Amino acid sequence: MISVTINGERRQFDTPLNCAELIDRLELAGKRVALERNGEIVPRSRHANERLTDGDRLEIVVAVGGG
Amino acid sequence: MKPHENLDPLVIAGKSYNSRLLIGTGKYQDFAETRAAVEASGAEIVTVAIRRTNIGQNKGEPSLLDFLPPSKYTLLPNTAGCYTADDAVRTLRLARELLDGHELVKLEVLGDPKTLYPNVVDTLAAARTLVKDGFKVMVYTSDDPIIAKQLEDIGCVAVMPLASLIGSGMGILNPWNLQIIIENARAPVIVDAGVGTASDATVAMELGCDGVLMNTAVAAARNPVLMATAMDKAVAAGRAAFLAGRMPKKLYSAAPSSPTTGIIAPSGSK
Repeated sequence: MISVTINGERRQFDTPLNCAELIDRLELAGKRVALERNGEIVPRSRHANERLTDGDRLEIVVAVGGG
Repeated sequence: MKPHENLDPLVIAGKSYNSRLLIGTGKYQDFAETRAAVEASGAEIVTVAIRRTNIGQNKGEPSLLDFLPPSKYTLLPNTAGCYTADDAVRTLRLARELLDGHELVKLEVLGDPKTLYPNVVDTLAAARTLVKDGFKVMVYTSDDPIIAKQLEDIGCVAVMPLASLIGSGMGILNPWNLQIIIENARAPVIVDAGVGTASDATVAMELGCDGVLMNTAVAAARNPVLMATAMDKAVAAGRAAFLAGRMPKKLYSAAPSSPTTGIIAPSGSK
């Protein structure tokens, strides 16, 4: 069981998973998002390689209206 | 010369744009209105904000980029809401990842949430980091000519001083400072923030600004789409007037526009 913080919310997963699997679980697959893990960008090309570890802080962002 | 070749494009970081109006995408009723206003404005550079996505709460929520595709517009991700250099840099690194390596960005580091006045100390620090990291930085700042120059010297591709505070619609409060900034600058100077109505945009362009960036003036108008067309014309009119060179102001001239000879005989003369 690992516990991570995603966009400020605590989430728990009972099996280990990588960033691509996380995006899948969050139903964000195929959407244009960017992911930061513990303050560092995880490029899309590395999503399947980066395994989440307990205590990770993740930010997942999109483009929204703004001036 | 090609028939529709623009002899006076706005050039930012080596790329030419026909429109000198840059437009924000916040505060519209919905994405359809956003798109209609952006289209009516003729703007080619469109700012967007970077925010946390909702994680599973609202599936199938429409996405801004479906309405404003990156293939059609130059998206300018901003750092609105950032109060430190660090947060601004992180936000733009996320933006670059989000937009497939896109390097043109709008940096703004704010000082406080009440006035949204720029924090120039952190703006300078963030600009240094971002330029070193390969970003092409268009930077929002105060109308301080010394800071504007320092930002240009760091390597920012456009300096964007405020006309007045973000969202205030107060127009150009210090045309004299803007004039000094324009006089000193080699990079394009774009007035960003404070424009309230079409004449404000025209005044900015008449001063010699290279462009105007606005959001609230359009989005908060009673009819945003109509205001977007007004802004398009206002910016173009101001630019043309600047290039044409205005006549000098005189208190009076005693030089009427019609001929002074050949006037018919005054009534009652013999």
